Amino acid sequence: MTLQGLAQILASGLLMGLIYALIAAGLSLIFGLMDVVNFAHGEFLMLAMYATFGIVVATALDPVLAAPLVVGAMFVLGAFVYFAVIRHAMRAKANIGMVQVFATFGLGITIRGLAQHVFTPDYRSIQTSFLAGRTLDLGGVFLPLPQLFGGLLSCLSFVALYFIIRRTDFGRALEATREDAGAVALVGIDKNRVFALGWGLGAALVGIAGSVMAIFYYIHPDVGTPFALIAYVTVALGGFGSIFGALAAGLLVGIVEAISATILSPSMKAVGIYLIYLVVVFMRPRGLFGNL
Amino acid sequence: MMGTQELHDRRTTASSSEPERLERGAEHSGSLTAFARGRRRELAVAAVAAIVIALLPLGIHDVYLQNVLVLTLMYAALSQSWNILGGYCGQISLGHAIYFGIGAYTSTLLYTHAGLTPWFGMLMGGTLAALVALGLGYPFFRLRGHYFTIATIVVAETGLLLVLNWDFAGGAEGIQIPYGPDSWAHLQFARDKLPYIYFALGLAVLAWLVTFAIEDSKWGYWWRAVKDNAEAAESLGVVVFRSKMAAAALSAFFTAIAGSFYAAFVSYIDPDSVMGFQLSLLIALPAVLGGIGTLWGPALGALVLIPLTELTRSYFGGSGSGVDLIIYGVLIMVIALARPEGLMSLFGRRRKSRRGP
Amino acid sequence: MSPPLLEVRNLTRRFGGLVANSDVSLTVAEGEILGLIGPNGAGKSTLFNLIAGLFRPSAGSIVFAGRDITRLAAPARCALGIARTFQVVRSFDSMSVVENVVVGALMRRAGARQARHKALETLALTGLARRAGAPAVELTPPEKRRLEIARALATEPKLLLLDEALAGLTPSEAREGVELVRQIRDHGVTIVMVEHVMEVVMPLVDRAVVLDLGKVIAQGLPSELVRNEKVIEAYLGARHRAA
Repeated sequence: MTLQGLAQILASGLLMGLIYALIAAGLSLIFGLMDVVNFAHGEFLMLAMYATFGIVVATALDPVLAAPLVVGAMFVLGAFVYFAVIRHAMRAKANIGMVQVFATFGLGITIRGLAQHVFTPDYRSIQTSFLAGRTLDLGGVFLPLPQLFGGLLSCLSFVALYFIIRRTDFGRALEATREDAGAVALVGIDKNRVFALGWGLGAALVGIAGSVMAIFYYIHPDVGTPFALIAYVTVALGGFGSIFGALAAGLLVGIVEAISATILSPSMKAVGIYLIYLVVVFMRPRGLFGNL
Repeated sequence: MMGTQELHDRRTTASSSEPERLERGAEHSGSLTAFARGRRRELAVAAVAAIVIALLPLGIHDVYLQNVLVLTLMYAALSQSWNILGGYCGQISLGHAIYFGIGAYTSTLLYTHAGLTPWFGMLMGGTLAALVALGLGYPFFRLRGHYFTIATIVVAETGLLLVLNWDFAGGAEGIQIPYGPDSWAHLQFARDKLPYIYFALGLAVLAWLVTFAIEDSKWGYWWRAVKDNAEAAESLGVVVFRSKMAAAALSAFFTAIAGSFYAAFVSYIDPDSVMGFQLSLLIALPAVLGGIGTLWGPALGALVLIPLTELTRSYFGGSGSGVDLIIYGVLIMVIALARPEGLMSLFGRRRKSRRGP
Repeated sequence: MSPPLLEVRNLTRRFGGLVANSDVSLTVAEGEILGLIGPNGAGKSTLFNLIAGLFRPSAGSIVFAGRDITRLAAPARCALGIARTFQVVRSFDSMSVVENVVVGALMRRAGARQARHKALETLALTGLARRAGAPAVELTPPEKRRLEIARALATEPKLLLLDEALAGLTPSEAREGVELVRQIRDHGVTIVMVEHVMEVVMPLVDRAVVLDLGKVIAQGLPSELVRNEKVIEAYLGARHRAA
């Protein structure tokens, strides 16, 4: 393999990794806040992609410009899901873990059914973006503009997340709950508000990923499932609840995926991710950055 | 080493004011017989249920409904097996499809390539699945909570990808079991579904009986202790790791048997349908909805869930309108939220009666 | 004199930079009730957990009934005859009261039926017989403490380790608890009990070991210890530190 080829693999892996990190960060944020694994996370991604598609079809806006609308809508959706479903799941007195798993799992199926009902199971794609099909040539290494745009948004999102966690009451509440679930009350913040914000933010993060992926990926009701699986692995790899663990793990996953797609075969690319995960978790049962 | 009886006589405080001091020996045997009576009642209910189900096919001639019955019984057996590890021992696996797949592929490959009867393949599949469960348990039972669950998903997905790329086993296209004459030896019944119904019923009854036996056995108590509090369990002599391994092996064995049965029943298997993530969820779901860690939960959950999903799918699913998914999803959400302890909690009477005098 | 049932030799346990136990040595004679006391943060719980097998010592050794058990895991120690309770009660909440005790009884009973019989016996002994069929979650806090003792006793231990079993009880509940502990000892079970509050344990124990800041500062008869300068200072000091 040429050096250029290697650079190409690493660059594509890194860009995809940044998007994986974004999806995983949303999941990890929600988990860190309240110990819930959102099994509808893939469906959130799918919804964001359809939302982008819908806005583009309805308004003929470029998907890049539709992104803020989508992200805002996803934030509202996340908060709504907290109030409509999760809040009730948290009240369960018995087997709370399973209740949460299956409440969110049921939610995911419902969303998939709704998507199928409204959009039909057909594959859709957005061709109209001015980014679509263009690449940036960096000395023989080709970077597709949509992915590059996604990577850039991802970096910006993590910077924003850093400030949210370090500088706001919400961030302090988040850190406090990571140490101790009952601590939110001590920080003096309304629990429901923090949790709703967390769900909104988690959904908004996956919304960013979805609005970018809508530009270069086929859209259909089941599109979220494989990405959700990757997100679970990424979160566990980085350590549940650790947002910057998710970033590191996302990058690792992207690169490992690109390498194993080349070495093994594209259909086996996930095997590389899974093997890395199994090895890491065998040595560090709580992931790379897990402190729980 | 303690003279308990003697101690009773010397008791002066604690609950000495209560009238229960009298006839303590009689009280023990009273509790014991009440317990034994409760166990016999469970058996009687199960026997009646099995007989009723065995008589059902006499009134159901519609092939579609017979199919639903077979699937319901199969998922009851599957979820009962899952419940051993997930419900009793508290190790939530969302990767049981790998054991199902091992069962389905082992018996099918042994049949199509070596001409061995599925009965033998079934045992081989079960044994292989149990061994795989032990091999996986060794590294993964150190993981706790969500880390364990994610690891089970990852292992199953890895298995799925490997089989998808395994040409000898048909790759993504899967394997078609060649049609032969109807025979119990080959578990092939092209026209008549009745034998499948009875086989699935037998499987469900067997899984139930095993769980029933376990409930009042050393392993049953150990597993629940591990689930509730591993450290406390260890302080009482429970070897936590070994307990988890035993539960995993047993659970995997029966899951694989059901997998072999499924392969014979549908006579066509492919990786996605016998090893996919959705299947893993479907295996766990009846137990969770019915009542996780309970004797009747999986059967009850399967009885509600499988006919409902099959019927909605056939009424709404064909059009691809997604209505079947919406109903299914909402149903799962509603049960999970409204009945966190599962549908079994509707039958609260049983618990109270056990409390006894 | 017969050899001690339990011998702790120069036990040290560090957590990162923190030394929770430093060079602790003590012996427990068969049939006695030994109190392990000291102010908060004295290292009582760590020592207790080292003996029970929850932690491994950084240095030193533990000998039980003539056998070195330093490297043995908790279940193996239970098999040799060491049972314990927990400071924060850990009942098995998906089970009934009697089933909780059956788990312990299975230590020396192969069959579930015999174990259940033994469990009912133990429940009668600990005053919980009437609650046998109740779900463990429904017990009151003092009942849960009794349940833990019953569960531990059902393993038929030679040595019973009680971790603040009398803490948080009303005076009358505590009196009943004290009586229960005496009865258990009277049937040949040696007892080591950790208590924070000296007043509760002093009348009960035959001998006490006082820990402060991870070290043994005094040991002897309760009557001697209550007048011991170091002990008074440790407790007063702790009170000052806390204030």
